Amino acid sequence: MHAFWRSLARNRLAIAGGVVVVCLVAAALLAPALAPWDPHRPSIKQALAAPSAAHPLGTDQLGRDVLSRMLYGARVSLAVGFVSVGIATIVGLILGSLAGYHGGTVDAVVMRFVDLMLVFPSFFLLLAVLAFLRPSIWTIMAVIGLTSWMRVARLVRAEFLTLKEREFVIWSHAIGASTLRIIWRHILPNAIAPVLVAMTLGIPAAILTESGLSFLGLGVQPPHASWGNILNEGKDAIEIAWWLSFYPGLAILVTVLSYNLLGEGIRDALDPRLRQRGR
Amino acid sequence: MLLYALRRLLLAVPLLIGITFISFLVIHLAPGDPTEFQQADPSTESSAQARQLLRELYELDKPLHVQYWNWLTRIVRLDFGRSFAPDARPVIDKIGEALQITLILNLIELLIIVSFAVPIGVLSATRQYSLFDKVTTVFVFVGFATPDFWLALLLMMLFGVQLGWLPISQLHSANWEYLSFWKRYLDLASHLVLPVVVATFGGLAGLSRYMRQSMLEVVRQDYIQVARAKGLAENVVVHKHALRNALLPIVTILALSLPGLIGGSVIVEQIFAIPGMGRLMVQAVFARDYPVIMGNLVIVATLTLAANLIADIVYGLVDPRIRLAGRRRT
Repeated sequence: MHAFWRSLARNRLAIAGGVVVVCLVAAALLAPALAPWDPHRPSIKQALAAPSAAHPLGTDQLGRDVLSRMLYGARVSLAVGFVSVGIATIVGLILGSLAGYHGGTVDAVVMRFVDLMLVFPSFFLLLAVLAFLRPSIWTIMAVIGLTSWMRVARLVRAEFLTLKEREFVIWSHAIGASTLRIIWRHILPNAIAPVLVAMTLGIPAAILTESGLSFLGLGVQPPHASWGNILNEGKDAIEIAWWLSFYPGLAILVTVLSYNLLGEGIRDALDPRLRQRGR
Repeated sequence: MLLYALRRLLLAVPLLIGITFISFLVIHLAPGDPTEFQQADPSTESSAQARQLLRELYELDKPLHVQYWNWLTRIVRLDFGRSFAPDARPVIDKIGEALQITLILNLIELLIIVSFAVPIGVLSATRQYSLFDKVTTVFVFVGFATPDFWLALLLMMLFGVQLGWLPISQLHSANWEYLSFWKRYLDLASHLVLPVVVATFGGLAGLSRYMRQSMLEVVRQDYIQVARAKGLAENVVVHKHALRNALLPIVTILALSLPGLIGGSVIVEQIFAIPGMGRLMVQAVFARDYPVIMGNLVIVATLTLAANLIADIVYGLVDPRIRLAGRRRT
């Protein structure tokens, strides 16, 4: 553990990513205190005002302050990132450990299911499912989570396949430990490193997906602010209001970049061998 | 080789059935009756009509297995029903038109991605830690993190609005009909520049990263040492011995990146108003045009499966280790 922190601390890019992520989380949590304006209050006189001292990032079509809306949008992005990755991780852990531990038919069935899910271009599957549901932040989280667990399942299965042959697992069998106990107490803790990396890299992917869906108008619905749906409004004003498109996109870029740098840093620090396996 | 290809083909059959099954499940995903539309739907009259159509089309009053079987036997004949849109055209016709456009676009994108990513990857691997390598690494990280719709908006603002160099919407100008033969091609090409740049950006970053990694791994192998030791020119070692082997995994990665490319075309097509599969899908979702949605889902997944299959077979063709390893296992 000590070696892990030392190795991570030496990676300046990962540290920078980590600092940005912490700042973002803080900004999202403190949005009500930090936001200079009410994100929902329209002010028609101020519609599409260019960035100024009063509105540092300008205003939108309804005269709402873009900076305030982006601060509240950060809550949406981060919440979607965390919750959907949480869902994906739980599903992936369960299916991956079942497949890896039991092997044989269970393994074959689960892995074919993984292959099957990977054949669907995820955006098409997301859109098809969303067409039947009422779009809300909860549906978005659930749908993104349930369409992105395959990577975790594969990683966990691979770890289980090697770990279950190791002596400490065989010995716990010998002293009569239950299957659940062996999986939970003995194998899982040893298989968690790659899952942690996959989670860190999964959050930015989920944020990109959410903002894409919101941009299309199928994600977080107005009047709630999300970086994606501010961009959607920006799209209709590209000829007059560059700030409406520029800043929310920049926020997405910086967030995703920071998470990716942090994730890669954690991966390298946890296990230099993992670096060889590629992304 | 034939045996290997046949085995791959057989493995694809359950996946194909799975595709139809998952798609079928999607219809039943909605809580309660899948035909219950949102209360917020402003067009209650049209949604009541759509509800009735949906009930008839998928025979929602019959037992599940009967529904599935009837649906399966129809889609095997490529009969996806008629669109709920006012034109009520057969879904397969709509998809056919859109598919051509999306396929051609994706083909152009793939060609561009490969022809840029391979040299970039090779150069940054052979000059690891050089300035070029560092610059491409930054490009790769930024490329991964850039939302494609944002890049599209920025390029539209710069080249479409500010400079006015390029058109920002659709595939043709309004006066396309009246242009001469060559002008038409020029017109089409100018409409394609921005969408293709946006769609290739992320993929280019990804593939050049893989190419670099693959190249770095190959260069460490013994046979490269041998090639150098026997006095071959570095140029020959890199381009003849290393590159060929480093390209092998790229075949698979290209196939695996296909769902991403096709998925990405949803946003690009929607922004640039290109009438392909992605735009068709988004419009169908907004209009709750269920037959089109289901048809789209099945066709896109089946195409991805087919592309993976082709990649598997090509991989087996170019790398004997793969097909022989498969034989030993069974």
